[in-house]
Formats: sequence, C-alpha cells, structure tokens
Amino acid sequence: MVDFGFKLSKSSAIVLSETADPRFARLVALEPDVMRCMSCGSCAGSCTAASFTTLSLRRVILDLQRGQTADATGQIKHCMLCGKCTLVCPRGLNTRHIILSILQVYKEEE
Amino acid sequence: MEERFALSFDPFVLPFMVGTYFVFAWCIAAIIKVLSQLPATDRHRFYRSLITPQNIVKNIRDIFCDCLLHVRLWKRNRLLGYMHSSIAFGWFMIILIGHIETILYVPNRVHLLYYPIFFRYFMKVHEIHLQGALLFFLMDFFLLVILSGIALAIFKRFRSRALGMRRTTRLTLTDRIGMYALWSIFPLRWIAEGFTAGVAGGSFMTIPINWLLKNFMSNPENFTAAWWAYSIALGTFMFVLPFSRYMHIPAEMMLIPMRNAGLKVRHYRRGFALAQVYSCPSCGVCIDACPMGAQKKNNSLATVYLNRQIKRKNEEKLNKISDACLMCGKCEALCQIKVSATGLRQDIRSRRQYGIHQDYGYLGGVSAAAGSGKVLYYAGCMTSLTPVIKRSVAALLDRAGVDWSNMDADGTICCGRPLILAGKMDEAKALIAKNTEIIKSSGAATLLVSCPICYRVFKEEYQLDGVEVVHYTEYFNNLLSSGRLPVENSGRKLVYHDPCELGRGCGIYDQPREALSHVASLVPAEKERVESICCGGSLGSLTLNWDDRGAISAKSLENLMYSHPDAIVTACPLCLKTYARSAKVPVKDFAEIINDNLKQ
Repeated sequence: MVDFGFKLSKSSAIVLSETADPRFARLVALEPDVMRCMSCGSCAGSCTAASFTTLSLRRVILDLQRGQTADATGQIKHCMLCGKCTLVCPRGLNTRHIILSILQVYKEEE
Repeated sequence: MEERFALSFDPFVLPFMVGTYFVFAWCIAAIIKVLSQLPATDRHRFYRSLITPQNIVKNIRDIFCDCLLHVRLWKRNRLLGYMHSSIAFGWFMIILIGHIETILYVPNRVHLLYYPIFFRYFMKVHEIHLQGALLFFLMDFFLLVILSGIALAIFKRFRSRALGMRRTTRLTLTDRIGMYALWSIFPLRWIAEGFTAGVAGGSFMTIPINWLLKNFMSNPENFTAAWWAYSIALGTFMFVLPFSRYMHIPAEMMLIPMRNAGLKVRHYRRGFALAQVYSCPSCGVCIDACPMGAQKKNNSLATVYLNRQIKRKNEEKLNKISDACLMCGKCEALCQIKVSATGLRQDIRSRRQYGIHQDYGYLGGVSAAAGSGKVLYYAGCMTSLTPVIKRSVAALLDRAGVDWSNMDADGTICCGRPLILAGKMDEAKALIAKNTEIIKSSGAATLLVSCPICYRVFKEEYQLDGVEVVHYTEYFNNLLSSGRLPVENSGRKLVYHDPCELGRGCGIYDQPREALSHVASLVPAEKERVESICCGGSLGSLTLNWDDRGAISAKSLENLMYSHPDAIVTACPLCLKTYARSAKVPVKDFAEIINDNLKQ
C-alpha cells in the first residue's frame, strides 16, 4: 500500500439502523429478513388485528431499530399470526417468522 | 435323524447367544421405559386395548401384515415389497421351521435357544423320510427367498432408482455395520449348511454346495469355521440392532398395538413418540415425499432425520427441522409406520419459550353480529386477499337461492389454525372461543367455509354443537348434483390441485373433482390426491424464505402441468395466490370456475 502520509479515520456518523441493542442483533440473526423491510406498510394495511388494535408491523420494526421497545412489544402481542402480511409483502419477507422471533427475543415492557 | 455330539454345545454359538440375550434385555428395558413415560390415562387405555378381543385380532393381523408381509409396501412398490417381505417373512419361516424340526426330532433340546438356529450342525442323518425331506426342502426354499431379497437389497444400495426411490437415507455407522452383517448372515448360513449337508442332509440349495466343496476342499468335514462366521454375523447384527435402524424390527411390534389403541403424541421424545422414533426404519420414503426436496440442501429436513435427531437429542437441529416443515402431511400419509411427522413437529414448536405472550383482550370488543341466514359463510383472512373467491361464492349462493349471511363481511378474527401450526394452542383457544360465540349466536345451521386452513380447524378443534361445517367444494357439489346450479360444460382442460389441508388434512378429494367435471374436462396431474405436492405457500412453515418457497412452487407447478392443462384450479386462497405468481397458465379458484360456467 502506498503511504500518502495520512489515514482514513473511522466514521463518527450515527447510523440509526445499527442500534446498540444486542436483542436486535439476535433478532437479525434469527430472521435476517427484518433488515430488508422497506417500511411500505402493506403488512399494516392488510392486518387482521389492525381492525381492532393499533398493531402495525411496519411501526414495530422501526420502533425496534430505534430502541423504542416498549411501544413495539405492546403492539406485537396482539398479532394472530394469520399470515396475511406475509402474503402481501412486496419484498417477500417472512413476516410471520419476524413476529415469532420478536416474541422470542424481547420481553414485555410497561 | 440323531444328534452328532453327546454334548449339545459348541463355543461357536456364543456370539449369537450373547447378542440375542443383549437384544432381549434391551427390548424389555425399552418397553418399560416407553410404558412408564406414557401419561396414566394413555397407559390404561393401552392396557385395556390389549385385552379387547377385536383389538387383539387387529393387532395380530397388523403385525403379521405390516412386520412380516409388508402389505402396505407391496401396494406402493412391488419390488420394495418383495425385498422387505422376502427377508422378514423368510427369516421368520426359517426360525419357525427350525423350531418344528427341533420339536420333532430332539424335543429334549427345545429349551436351548440356539438349537433350532444351528440345527444342521448338531444333527446327522441316516436316511431321509418324506417328512424330513419336506422340511429340508422348505428350509432351502426360504433360504433362497431370503437370498433373493438380499440380492435386491444390495442392488438397491447402488441403483436405488431402479427400485423406484430417487433418494435414499444417509446411513449412520451403526446402520452400515448392521446392514453389512444382515447381508452376510444368509450367504454364510448357506455355506455353513452346505458344509454340513453331507452329514446332516440338505436340499436343492445346500447339497450342490456340498458337492462343490467336496471337489475343491481337501477335508470338507472341517466346517466349524463356517459356523463360527455365521454365528458372528448374527451376533454382530444383534449387537448393533438397538443403535441402528434395525431397531424398527422389535419396536414396530410394540408400536402397532399402541397405534391401534389410539394413542397420540404427548411429548416429542417420550412414550408413544419414542416408540414411533425407534420404529422408523429409515427407509427414506419421506425424503422423496417432502416438497422441500425441490432444493437439495433441504433433504436433511425430512422426517427420517427428525426421528434421528430426536434419538440423538440434538435440540438445535430439531428446532431447525421442525420449524422449516410445511406441515403438508405428505410424508405422514406415505410413511410405512405412520410416524406422526406433523404431531412431533407441532409438539417441538409448542415447547418453545417466548418472552412476550400474546394478548387477545381486545376480542371482547369484536362485534358478534353475523347476520341471520341459515347458512353462515366464513371467508377467513386469506380469502379477504382473494376477493374473487368471495364474489364467486356470493354469486353462486344467490343463484341457488340459499338463505345466507356473511360472518366476516367487514373483516373478523382469524380461525386459530395459523397459531396452532406455530405451536401456540393456548393462544388459539382464545380465538376459537370468540368464533364459537359468534357462530352460535348467529343461529345458523350450516357454517360454509372456503379456506381449507379454516375448514380443518373448525372440524378438528371447534365444538359447534349441531352447526354443520362444510367446505364450499362439498356444498357446491351438492348444489350441482341436485340441479340447483345450472351449469354448462366448457370442455376446457383443467387440472385440480389438492390443497394439503383439504386433501390429506380432511380427506376431501372426490367432491371438488366431481363438481368440476360438470363444467370442464379434468386432466390428471403427475402426482395427485394423497401424493399432491404442496404449493409452497403453506403457513405451516415458520422459517422457509421466499426463495425456498419459490423453488417448491416451481416443482409443484411442474407436477400440475404434466397433462398440459389450459388452467389450474384449486380450492384454497393461499394456493391460488402462490401459484398465480409464477404459473404460465391461468390459476382459478374452484368457485370462480363454477360461477364462470353458470347457464345464463
């Protein structure tokens, strides 16, 4: 490597999608699809439980990425696992497994 | 006929004897273990069934037909049937005739376990009577039958396709040792009996060997080595038996009465499940049956490997195998010993610990208003994504003048089956209770369902007291045959796909075909009915991703396009949506096709 007399230092930018929460890292390990979500909201639009609750998978994933786990867990527990979101997802994400993995990795919070 | 030696013992019987006692001891311990692991109610049920006369007859018949004659395998594949029954039944007959000979000629030796097995070593013959000649002939005849079976087995190891199996199971080390021992037992017996045939007599198989040996060997009387080899092969087989797939031979004899007693899997590694797992002969039928086999990497997810990992207690692999499964039930339907492939997986899923527990408190606010028609139509979640089904069902019901109402016109809650498939039975009960309340309060006499996933759970888990649950294929077939729906035959070539939950799950194969034959000409798929291939969209699989599912769909479509149909018809919203993504011909719903062909 040629020595130019200076080095590139590590970026100091804060990347919101890389949260420090180890639970999110575990979630990604269990179901990598969670990182491929583009937040289009098709899941929330078709959700069976959304007729009766505020459940929105799109918001749950965004919440978890931002560390707002209380809001996410409060919503996700209403899911009936019917699988409509998997069917409508334009990116073909395995949303049911994302939900099951969230249920497994996170704990209920007030 | 008389005994050759004053001492009715020779050290060469030891490998056989030690091996046999080992297997007996192991089996007794295993029976005690399985019985002690059964819940008390199941255990009492099992004991009661053992003394019920009709069950005794059924047990004996099933053990004879399944373990010895392999009738079920014969029906599926004659070559494989012959291979298994020739070895099992032939071996049984050789042991039986050996005992008859001992009882007839040396009744004082019957108590010696090894005597009937090594009879020809201990006996010598002066003159052969007709009775003796017949027994000699039968012994040689069954030896020939077994040897032909062994020859087929060896051939199958190298060319399994010739016997109708595309893929075979990856064997473990003990499986291999057991297999080679089994292969060598009978040729060695042939040689050993050939040596003795000059002294102890023989028939058409052993006497020619004796002639050959006399001409080639300097002292053909020196035959103990051959009997040692035969005994060691038997002993080796017995020693590896409990640790290999050959454990299925004793285990199946226990499994059959348990199955006939109606026991269910309560824990994937205990009691009835343990008996199932040890009865698995690793034949590999489930590998070819599995739709996930569309990708080679998924071969290891077949039920035979689930059974193996249950034996090894490898929880990580168990979770992987059970979560990927589509729960289509094909392996279970084709399994020779009826392993509860889906039941075992569901149990593994149900034992998972979750940090968040689902809460359906909001169900109290769901309105229970469901109309007042005599027929209540429940479309279900998936059908709301395929409005063509809803529209067609409504049009057909109106045309037939049925008094009906829609239970979920404005969207309602899920039926509970997806939760059950994920192993969450307790959570599903909340949904089941709410739906039951809605259905009962409507006063309808019939619940009409268009989704097979919902249909199965309504049939199996709901207590609707008097409300008849019908699938729309049954319902419209009745309306068609009674003439309430006038249709014309378009002559279009259609292929019908059996949805897993409707066909294998609920046994509905004929009604949709009968109904469709009124409006089109049905052509067969390559594999259909009980062998139909899952569309790949199944909710049963928790972990399969988009690409894996796509590969399964492609394979399943290839199977459906076998007779070059003009369109594919299915009776499940999930199959409809899955196929519509990649099919080259139109994919239609059952009700849609009937509706399209109504007379104006």
